[in-house]
Amino acid sequence: MTDLPPPPAKRLGLVIDLDICVGCHACAVNCKEWNTGGAMAPLTDTNPYGADMSGVWFNRIHSFEVGTDSPGNGGGRTVHFPRSCLHCAEPACVTVCPTGASYKRAEDGIVLVDEDLCIGCKLCSWACPYGAREYDDDVGVMKKCTLCIDRIYNENLEAVERVPACVSTCPVTARHFGDLGDPTSEVSRLVAERGGYDLMPELGFQPTNKYLPPRPHKTAAGCTGAPAALTATLEPSATGLLGWVDKILSR
Amino acid sequence: MHPALSVILFTTASGAGYGLLILLAVFAALGLLPAYPGFGVAAFGIALGLVSFGLAASTFHLGHPERAWRAFSQWRSSWLSREGVASVATYLPALGFAFGWVWLGEQRGGWAALGLLAALSALATLVCTGMIYASLPTIQRWHNGWVVPNYLALGGMSGAVLLDCLTRLFGLPSPAIGTVTVVLIALAAVLKLGYWRHIDTTAAASTPATATGLGGGTAPVRLLEAPHTEDNYLMREMGFRIARKHAAKLRRIALAAGFAAPFALILLALLLGGVPGVIASTLAVPVVALGVVIERWLFFAEARHTVMLYYGATAA
Repeated sequence: MTDLPPPPAKRLGLVIDLDICVGCHACAVNCKEWNTGGAMAPLTDTNPYGADMSGVWFNRIHSFEVGTDSPGNGGGRTVHFPRSCLHCAEPACVTVCPTGASYKRAEDGIVLVDEDLCIGCKLCSWACPYGAREYDDDVGVMKKCTLCIDRIYNENLEAVERVPACVSTCPVTARHFGDLGDPTSEVSRLVAERGGYDLMPELGFQPTNKYLPPRPHKTAAGCTGAPAALTATLEPSATGLLGWVDKILSR
Repeated sequence: MHPALSVILFTTASGAGYGLLILLAVFAALGLLPAYPGFGVAAFGIALGLVSFGLAASTFHLGHPERAWRAFSQWRSSWLSREGVASVATYLPALGFAFGWVWLGEQRGGWAALGLLAALSALATLVCTGMIYASLPTIQRWHNGWVVPNYLALGGMSGAVLLDCLTRLFGLPSPAIGTVTVVLIALAAVLKLGYWRHIDTTAAASTPATATGLGGGTAPVRLLEAPHTEDNYLMREMGFRIARKHAAKLRRIALAAGFAAPFALILLALLLGGVPGVIASTLAVPVVALGVVIERWLFFAEARHTVMLYYGATAA
């Protein structure tokens, strides 16, 4: 049923730290690697070695320029922005589904697609504001992030490995996985401490995943003992050969 | 949004078919249409033919058309599912109504009630079609109160043009039908102009700043580097853009062909009657079809989806 279950107590999701993401795309690559053999497999690539290559990915890394150098504009900075399914509390992608293929799990809030029920009408991708769903032309069904449901509960993996592929691979620990329904969890504490926020809150889908804002720029340099300004190495009143060289070079 | 041919054909053809069905039932109930079998065959054939063609066209863009029957199951939450249920449910009373009309030459009493039931069901289908679009907050240009009235008026209007033409071809001209047709065209034109005015004057709800949560509400946020070099599904499906000058020109063409020309032609038919009336009314059919198809193409082409805020769009 595409009716939503009662709000689950457990709300598994990601917390993404935009302050330290370096935009290396490793999370996207590992996501593709894992999921092309995972629950939603395959993540088809069409024409992979041709001129118009295209493929299904669950995770895409955008880079944004925020502010400009001019005063009062926040100072220009580059922010790398990973984008994937936010496993919303009010997922319109689920309720618009005419077949029951899309559903939200009552036990942990993960939003999934049953590929055997999907008719490939693509309406769910219209309903998602975040572009989390990508249609697989080859298989004729919609695909999306599963929060690596085949890793996080997988007892064949070591406990430390039971996190989504994107989280396990991030080289700078910019991605955190946990229960956002539990206020005492590590991810919830991170959100509270750093002011984690929702994307496009004006649309009302109440995403589970949270983003941590980049920390403010440092505006003053720390004291290193160096002089505030460098003095000229040559006195302007130099004479003789040095004076002549100075005169030539100063032209 | 990408204007998919199958969806444009579905919404315009089935809209006209349902419009025609509604008007047939209403005019028959009012005793303004005689139950001539020949006219019945043509009218129901065209109405149900257009609806069936539209429904078939709508399955062309499915990845798994053979599973389309599954779409009847989620009517509790999905407008697309409701549309499917309502569209199929319309066939039962419509076929009964057509049977009475064509086979028995009956359209009063219980048959009229059956017709009105078909009309209600057709109306519900048109509302569902409009709501599929109007219920999506991700596309602000669809998520407003103008969309459903537009779908209703445009369906009613194109059905009325068909009915006016058919009654004249079968020598059953009715001033009431002609009058209703010009009124419906005028109403649809007002609603379409209102819709365009609304989308032109409404400020975008979402920006790259709200999509990323960056910039603290003051600093500009702009895409520096896209995640990939080639187009992906999202950009092909949601990234369709139309140049403003082309949109303006197409709006003028849609206004002329969809509303102004059929209004003038049906009015002319109403005033002239006879053979010139038949010619004017028949001419209105292809003209209004062209206008409504262009209007529907624009409805998609001018719609902007929030996902493009992650791909360089500045507002959605």
